[in-house]
Amino acid sequence: MMHVSPIREPLINGEKSYNDITNDVMAPVKAKPGKLWYVGLTISALLALAGVGAIIYTIWNGIGLWGVNRTIGWGWSITNFVWWVGIGHVGTFISAILLLFRQKWRTSINRAAEAMTLFAVMCAGLFPLIHMGRLPLGFFIFPYPNTRELWPNFNSPLLWDVFAITTYLLVSLLFWYMGLIPDLGTIRDKMKTAWKKKVYNFLSFGWKGSARHWSRHESMSLILAGLAAPLVLSVHTIVSFDFATSIIPGWHTTIFPPYFVSGAVFSGFAMVLTLMIVTRKALNLEEYITVGHVESMNKVIIATGSIVGIAYITELFMAWYSGVEYERYAFVNRALGPYAWAYWIMMTCNVISPQLLWIRKLRRNLAFTFGLSIFINIGMWFERFVIVVTSLHRDYLPSSWAMYKPTWVEVLIYLGTFGIFFTFFFIFIRVFPVIAMAEVKSVARSSARKFLGKSVKQKPEKNH
Amino acid sequence: MSEEKKYWHLLEEFEPVKDIRLPKGPEEVTSPVSRRNFLKALGLGTASAALIASCKRPVEKAIPYFIKPEEIAPGKAVYYASSYFSQNEYCNVLVKVRDSRPIKLEPNPKSQVTPNGTSGKVQASVMDVYNINRYEHPLKDGEPVSWEDADNEIKNQLRNLANEGQTILLITPTLISPSTKKLIAEFVSTFGAEWHQYDAVPMNGYREANLRVFGTDAIPEYHFDKADCIVSVGCDFLGTWLSPIEFTRQYAHRRDLHRENPNLNKHYQIEAGMSLTGSNADDRIKVEREDYGKILAYLHNKITLSSSTTATTNIQFPQETANALDNVAKTLLQNKGNSLLVCGDNNPDHQVLVNSINQTLGNIGKTIRFGRNYNHYRGTEEWFERLSNANPRAVILWDVNPIYNHPESEKIKDAIENASLTVSLHSLPDETAELCRYVLPSTGYLECWDDAEYKTGIYSVMQPTLHKLFDSRQAQETLLTWLGNENSWADYIKNHWNTNYFPLQNQNTDQERYWVEILRNGEFVSDNTETSPSFNSGEIGIALNNSVSENSGEGFTVELVENVNIGTGHGPLNPWLQECPDPVTRIAWGNYASISPRLAREMEIKNGDVVLIGDMPGIPAFVQPGQADKTISIALGYGRRSGIPEDLVTGVNAFPLTKIKNGFRNYSSSGFNIKKTGEFEKLALVQGHQSMEGRPIVRVATYEEWKENPAAGNEMHEKVKHHLHSLYEKHDYPGHKWGMAIDLNKCIGCSACVLACNTENNIPVVGKKEVSRAHEMHWLRIDRYYTGNEENPEVVRQPVMCQHCDNAPCENVCPVAATNHSDEGLNQMAYNRCIGTRYCNNNCPYKVRRFNWLDYTGADAIPNNRYDPANMTLDLPRMRHNPDVTVRAKGVIEKCSFCVQRIQKEKLDAKKEGRPMQDGKLKSACQQACPADAIVFGDLNDPNSKVSKLMKDPRNYHLLEELHTLPSVGYLTKIKNKS
Repeated sequence: MMHVSPIREPLINGEKSYNDITNDVMAPVKAKPGKLWYVGLTISALLALAGVGAIIYTIWNGIGLWGVNRTIGWGWSITNFVWWVGIGHVGTFISAILLLFRQKWRTSINRAAEAMTLFAVMCAGLFPLIHMGRLPLGFFIFPYPNTRELWPNFNSPLLWDVFAITTYLLVSLLFWYMGLIPDLGTIRDKMKTAWKKKVYNFLSFGWKGSARHWSRHESMSLILAGLAAPLVLSVHTIVSFDFATSIIPGWHTTIFPPYFVSGAVFSGFAMVLTLMIVTRKALNLEEYITVGHVESMNKVIIATGSIVGIAYITELFMAWYSGVEYERYAFVNRALGPYAWAYWIMMTCNVISPQLLWIRKLRRNLAFTFGLSIFINIGMWFERFVIVVTSLHRDYLPSSWAMYKPTWVEVLIYLGTFGIFFTFFFIFIRVFPVIAMAEVKSVARSSARKFLGKSVKQKPEKNH
Repeated sequence: MSEEKKYWHLLEEFEPVKDIRLPKGPEEVTSPVSRRNFLKALGLGTASAALIASCKRPVEKAIPYFIKPEEIAPGKAVYYASSYFSQNEYCNVLVKVRDSRPIKLEPNPKSQVTPNGTSGKVQASVMDVYNINRYEHPLKDGEPVSWEDADNEIKNQLRNLANEGQTILLITPTLISPSTKKLIAEFVSTFGAEWHQYDAVPMNGYREANLRVFGTDAIPEYHFDKADCIVSVGCDFLGTWLSPIEFTRQYAHRRDLHRENPNLNKHYQIEAGMSLTGSNADDRIKVEREDYGKILAYLHNKITLSSSTTATTNIQFPQETANALDNVAKTLLQNKGNSLLVCGDNNPDHQVLVNSINQTLGNIGKTIRFGRNYNHYRGTEEWFERLSNANPRAVILWDVNPIYNHPESEKIKDAIENASLTVSLHSLPDETAELCRYVLPSTGYLECWDDAEYKTGIYSVMQPTLHKLFDSRQAQETLLTWLGNENSWADYIKNHWNTNYFPLQNQNTDQERYWVEILRNGEFVSDNTETSPSFNSGEIGIALNNSVSENSGEGFTVELVENVNIGTGHGPLNPWLQECPDPVTRIAWGNYASISPRLAREMEIKNGDVVLIGDMPGIPAFVQPGQADKTISIALGYGRRSGIPEDLVTGVNAFPLTKIKNGFRNYSSSGFNIKKTGEFEKLALVQGHQSMEGRPIVRVATYEEWKENPAAGNEMHEKVKHHLHSLYEKHDYPGHKWGMAIDLNKCIGCSACVLACNTENNIPVVGKKEVSRAHEMHWLRIDRYYTGNEENPEVVRQPVMCQHCDNAPCENVCPVAATNHSDEGLNQMAYNRCIGTRYCNNNCPYKVRRFNWLDYTGADAIPNNRYDPANMTLDLPRMRHNPDVTVRAKGVIEKCSFCVQRIQKEKLDAKKEGRPMQDGKLKSACQQACPADAIVFGDLNDPNSKVSKLMKDPRNYHLLEELHTLPSVGYLTKIKNKS
């Protein structure tokens, strides 16, 4: 038995045997869904349909239905794209980077976080597609051999984006599914209905749980983790290149890659918190996703939030230090111009509010954390809005300065992506285990209360 | 073969040859799905799938010539010399005709009046012939009628009325066609009719003043190029006054610093509202509109101090204004004989003073010359008196719209309705034509024959360039028919020319040959003797007294102005002109009340707040820097309702505010109150920000500074040069490298280039709503910035189009390489390749790229999504498209191409003729239309080309050159002649 420092609090509360873990996690998959689930799914699906309707309306009539104009070529669409990509950062971060760093607390949340990643990246990927003026010809962007010998422009960051996002989506999907295989095998074994057994058997690729299976599974997971870890960093780096390689003041900034990556992890953890605080309650998983987990995530939020804050301040400093009048104006305009309200929402939500987490009590307070996570989600959306719109609306020639206001079509498309996201999420919690059972079991022996013996001081949990 | 005789020599051969093929197998016969059929079906399926899938429309209605007409080569443009005359604006033009359709108007370099440029109105007028609202056939009481019936009925009635001695009125706008005048004289004598000319914005006050002072009612020639000092009192001579195309050329000539002896003129503008001319002045003196008379009297006093005519009454001005006016008088006196004072007021008293000042300064015969007098602006107010008092039984209206543009429209309406015979000879419906019993539609000017004598002794022709589109008949033909003249109108003109003008020349002895040459050249100039009018000082005292005693009164003064593009609002309300933003306010689609910043602050009025002025319907306000505090300026020409599509109804009609005093129209009246209504109307303002924010965008220096240092104001150019380094290899331009130089000192902002670009490049019209959402599509815009204080700012302008950067920021960000660099330095757009990410647009520091937000053109493959409020995509207006330029589909980025189609044509022409390209022969559309010659286009690889030389001028700089985008467009600093 491995020695575990008694100071660490257990990752699993309650007296859980392996069988308990299986039953607890599988409960939503096995049981009939409740009313709330149906209501949630219906609302999400309707929202998704409305969003799809707005998208079709846009494709039919043109981007002119949006508020973007000759000066501000990208508005909510690219703001939403970057925001969703940012959110879609964290799943793979948790499962790959935290795996490599042997952070055991990741096991309770990685499955859901990865699923969230997939759905968020799908939502994100939608925006670059629909913001194109001629979506049916969007395939021009792929380097396929053709008789005209035309190739895409490999200098364009937008092209890099396409590769980065598709690669990330594929690797994340593989990684997520890889982790699911043993759990799918477990579900199959527990299923009573024949057809369900068959389906899960198929999905688990005939998982038998033999030592050879496990050995291959483990090594494959490690390889994928190795592949995914750099991708976590590269995706948002490349997304940031869309801006950083341009010449627009406020975009053309070398600090963008690390700033974007930490911002993405920041917003991603906020979104995981938003979702998990609700999910653990709704699915009775409080003993698996403990306040300790929440606290760990809050710590990441302070770290990344502070990096983001430093980045904001560095930007301001560099704008002044560069001596470039356009650059200076861009930042003065951010803070004091017609979109100053967006800037100050961003500053408050992203820089000031996470600093409250230095207080341990607040860090472990679920209600506070939930509220804060929403704040950060809003703040990070405004960060992207500030970058995309505020930089563009007043660039070099004052004659072309303009204002931007979204139309209802843009708003509906954004809401629609929430619909899509939650539709997938609701289906996900019904058909797949929300917690990686096999992985939790692997840490249960070392970190669950049952196995830790009585030497551990038990702290009273308030928020059960 | 069957008809050939067959010879046989063996009996066997006589037998028919048996089919030696194998008998058909059963499966081959019975199976309907043969290999061939299968392949056919497959082929058809693939082809139709490909057809359906490829989002292209099949070519419709392509009918080849059975016998090709000699002069028409498909794909080759033919040019016909013709003349434009409308709303008292004249331009001699070449009509570019492609495949029997006029598609563009270009200046006629052989013309004496307008050899080098046009106005925006001229450029846009080509669309008027394709106007969808034109009358398609004659009407009687709104019902179609045949020409014969209508003619017979009208002829009988006219004859009866003539026999009864009743009044018959023929009202036309100013006509400058000598043949038409002759014809009308015949008509008048035959039917005992009266002919009156009517201008919505007349100049009869000028004619009256000239009659009083010089004994002739002629409007003389003005020579702005000979004046070292120009003083304009509220006269927009670069935009709308008398002959702006001509004056712009003259004015810009004196702003050209590349001449041997550059001698910049000095231009003072004394005005209330900011006019196009005022925005170009070296010194603009802001005064109230009501004070124009007093100012003229003041200047008169100062200048003619020694002369006996002075009536020195006390004229009080604020100290600042008085000093400025003293300075003006001093400069005028220093430039005796080389100065010019003009005033834009139709008040004869004011013009008498102007004449007196110019006479005292010795300008008559130098900068003002009698002899080649202007023949336009002949309109008077007599017709109104006759119409309302003489009880006319017949009223024939030809292209006049007094119901819209006369303050007493109710009276006119009653008079017209009382007449027993009312005939309209309009080609387009309008408020007045609608009242007429008979509508005998006239043709568009590109469909008909005509001639013109714009200035005395300068004759020109108009020739048809298009077969009549509708069942219309030229008004002159109608008159000929009524007169029973069997001759065609073309013959009538020809006869007139042969009898009157042929003898005036001796180059051609053959009349036919003479006529052909006239048609080729477009203009015929006869010798002319200058006259020196006598000067009568008797009227000056009265004029002075009248001017000084003008009572400014309480309340605000409303000044009615003409917008450079819309003019008097006559005709079809061309969508191109409507969409072209005003060069001063940069507002398109509609008029507004310009108020001073101080008034706006006091009354808390913001741009677009609807205000009530007098009895006028609510009009949005616009805060205009440099506007006089007590003067509100409103543009005429808006608020038309009839004969135009619903979506084009825009603005408020300001004509009811005009005042007619002693037979002279006055375009300002005082005693108004201004009241906020609380409503708001979004203005289609294309430039919301007025200041350069201290950025080196338009670089300005004074004339004195420039004389010391030709790079004055442009010091940054040298500095930046040394900071620019690149890691990348430079582009290679082995052949040509196209470039453009724009002289900011010559550009006056008239927007002719913008409209030329629109016509040349098939730029869609998107309408007021889209323009107000910053969705305008213009490839070329004229930025306008204010510097200095808002009370009376300095104005600078800058035409901006794609800069064709060598380091183009747009090129490297396009994911599909739809925008790329040519080896001639062009930044090109492959529309077919564009997927519309708009990344290029974001990354363009000049913001010159335009995105097709909606299906503005009808080129989109998706049905039922066209957005075309101005009806520019219907079949008729589409006939005007330039076939050399692709019509862009929805979702595609577009931008200035440096008129690549023109480059290509000139290159091919040079290649065919086996010669190198000549500098100056290749002109971009904007350059060609510029009456100021401010734009020069050419090959930068040719060290002797004009553009290369300009690029080496110390005044040359590139816009945002510190970004190292290496633009191919250069700007030459603006040099102001400040005192």
